[in-house]
Amino acid sequence: MLEIHQLNKAYGSHKALTDLDLVVPQGGIFGLLGPNGAGKTTLIRIINQIIEQDSGEVVMDGQRLSGESIRKIGYLPEERGLYKKMGVWDQLIYFSRIKGLTASEAKQRVQLWLEKFDIASWKNKKIEDLSKGMAQKIQFIATVIHEPRLLILDEPFSGFDPVNAALLKDEILELKKTGTTILLSTHRMESVELLCDQVAMIHKSKKILDGSIREIKSRFRPLEIRASIDQLNQELPAHWQVESREGGRVELLLPVNGQSPNQLLQELMAFGQVTSFQERFPSMEEIFIQQVNASGHA
Amino acid sequence: MHKVLLVIQREYLARVKKKSFLIATLLTPLIFPAIMAVFVWIAVEEKENQSLRVIEVVDETGLFFMESSEQYAFSSSGKSLEEAKTLVNSGERYGVLYLPKMELSAPQGIQFYGMENPSTSLIGYLEGALKRKIEDQRLYAKGIDPIVLKEIRTDVKIQSLTLGEAGEEKITDATVNYAIGFLSGILIYLFIFIYGNQIMQGVIEEKSTRIVEILVSSLKPFQLMMGKIVGIGAVGLTQFLIWVLLVSTLSTVVMGVLGMQMPQQQAMEMANPELMATSPDTGQLGEILQVIHGIDFVTLVAAFVFYFLGGYLLYGALFAAVGAAVDAPSDAQQFMFPITIPLLVGYMGLFVFVLQDPGSSTSFWLSIIPLTSPIAMMGRISYGVPYWELGLSMGLLVLGFFGTTWLAAKIYRIGILMHGTKPSYKVLWKWLRSSN
Repeated sequence: MLEIHQLNKAYGSHKALTDLDLVVPQGGIFGLLGPNGAGKTTLIRIINQIIEQDSGEVVMDGQRLSGESIRKIGYLPEERGLYKKMGVWDQLIYFSRIKGLTASEAKQRVQLWLEKFDIASWKNKKIEDLSKGMAQKIQFIATVIHEPRLLILDEPFSGFDPVNAALLKDEILELKKTGTTILLSTHRMESVELLCDQVAMIHKSKKILDGSIREIKSRFRPLEIRASIDQLNQELPAHWQVESREGGRVELLLPVNGQSPNQLLQELMAFGQVTSFQERFPSMEEIFIQQVNASGHA
Repeated sequence: MHKVLLVIQREYLARVKKKSFLIATLLTPLIFPAIMAVFVWIAVEEKENQSLRVIEVVDETGLFFMESSEQYAFSSSGKSLEEAKTLVNSGERYGVLYLPKMELSAPQGIQFYGMENPSTSLIGYLEGALKRKIEDQRLYAKGIDPIVLKEIRTDVKIQSLTLGEAGEEKITDATVNYAIGFLSGILIYLFIFIYGNQIMQGVIEEKSTRIVEILVSSLKPFQLMMGKIVGIGAVGLTQFLIWVLLVSTLSTVVMGVLGMQMPQQQAMEMANPELMATSPDTGQLGEILQVIHGIDFVTLVAAFVFYFLGGYLLYGALFAAVGAAVDAPSDAQQFMFPITIPLLVGYMGLFVFVLQDPGSSTSFWLSIIPLTSPIAMMGRISYGVPYWELGLSMGLLVLGFFGTTWLAAKIYRIGILMHGTKPSYKVLWKWLRSSN
């Protein structure tokens, strides 16, 4: 879907992207992770052709990005806004036409989306008269109205209340089903673990890790094992961290320290009845920190 | 190109559809005549209601007889200065004019006493009257009969005409030219400021809401900027055309009602006594109409539209650049100086130099330099400007427009994507120099 080769961008002496390579496969949700200032927004702006790269290329569907590509991309910027004094209908028509739809196509699709969200009665309302959640819906429609094949969402969940965040999530999953490729950028890594199929981590202008979530997790050994035992019959070793203790029932975290799960289980069995035993994989954030430390430029 | 049209269309419709636009467009042409009508009304009322002021004349020479006017009556009852002063204190007299014994060839020591500071018009009136009396006395002393004197006195009015190259003569009138230059200059000044500010606000809105990021992915920053400038300019032009239509319709109606009297013309003179002093007898409407007839309206209107749009476009780009450089309107102040100063220079120059002496070299330069020419040239144009000067000024304005737009586009392109940093002039300079 989207291939990025050796992308470089500098603002004066500050490097925003360094030799970045990235492949976003067709369909599915691709997470672009990294702390603020890592270069995510610069990358997104280059894909959107808002700014130009210094060197390297972005290829979409086998062709270098051009003015034509814009119709295939939908972009929801991090901080959102619409023309406050403009009506819902006029606004949506304007954005669809800017994206290249004809007047009649635009009308038809806007009508369709308004009906889909059950908000056709807002047609003539101005954005300033809508609540924040309502405005967010309009903004989302404006982003997807031209049926983009690549949807770029920059921090999509920031500023949403839980109800609307869930709504947005459903909508994203729906689009994924229809074959839209979704590029999701965020610095809150825990929020995307369940949503993304693939991720790439960016730190200080460089990609430090990418792959599918499962693959990445299996690459990183579990740090510890969460277990619980009943009918505790002797004192536990000091390096096992007890999380809770209720009579003879104990929940604890066992550091792996190079032992295999079976070895640990056997060790544990001597202390009582093992009622649960589960590897705890590191979170994406922990993996990120680990990777940053490993690559030596923390 | 078609997307630029979309931007222009949006900017235009979004503003024209607003209620505030409708109200401003319909009410402004009514407000100006209304304000003028109020001035005229107040002036007329004041004149009618003014009670006659009695001034006691204490004349120690016995030579002067002051004639009463509509506003002032003079009483010469031969009282002493001290007695007269008590009359003023008791409120029976408005003031005392004291004429001591004096040498008529070098009159000195004339005084006016009053409870309040006398108006300059009263002092001027007294001075004028006394001057004439003293001159009469001295001429009489030289043996000239007062009757002969009266006969000799003549009123002079100069009718000024300009010679065209083909030898045709046109009656001109500085007052009419002044009024045209004054009005069109101010209109252009206001237009640039009001609509320039709208450009700036619009850019700031798009920047702060990040709409610009969505738009800029679909069209070039330069197209976006020009679309906005042209769209808002079209709004201004629409408003202006509606005003012209409304004012001319209104004036026709009012003129019909008042029987061929132009209320604005009169009100102008009421509000501006200076104009009154320089103007010839304004009662002769025919002559004024002839003067108006003598002005080359085709050139005037064409030049007005040109400078109107040229000035707007020249400054519009700069306003857009300022909007792009800042995050909020409150931050814009520091960058407004480079825009406000030349505009103010043009505006002040219009009054101080151009309208006073359209032919002076300062007026020439003000009307040639692109930053001030839209305002200054309008002050000269009704007096008649050589074609080569007009051509030079217009050409430079077009060049200036390209210059500021090129400059502004560089700042705009970078500025609209910058957030959170408060740029300084140094930063702007860096943006200007960056090639990409």
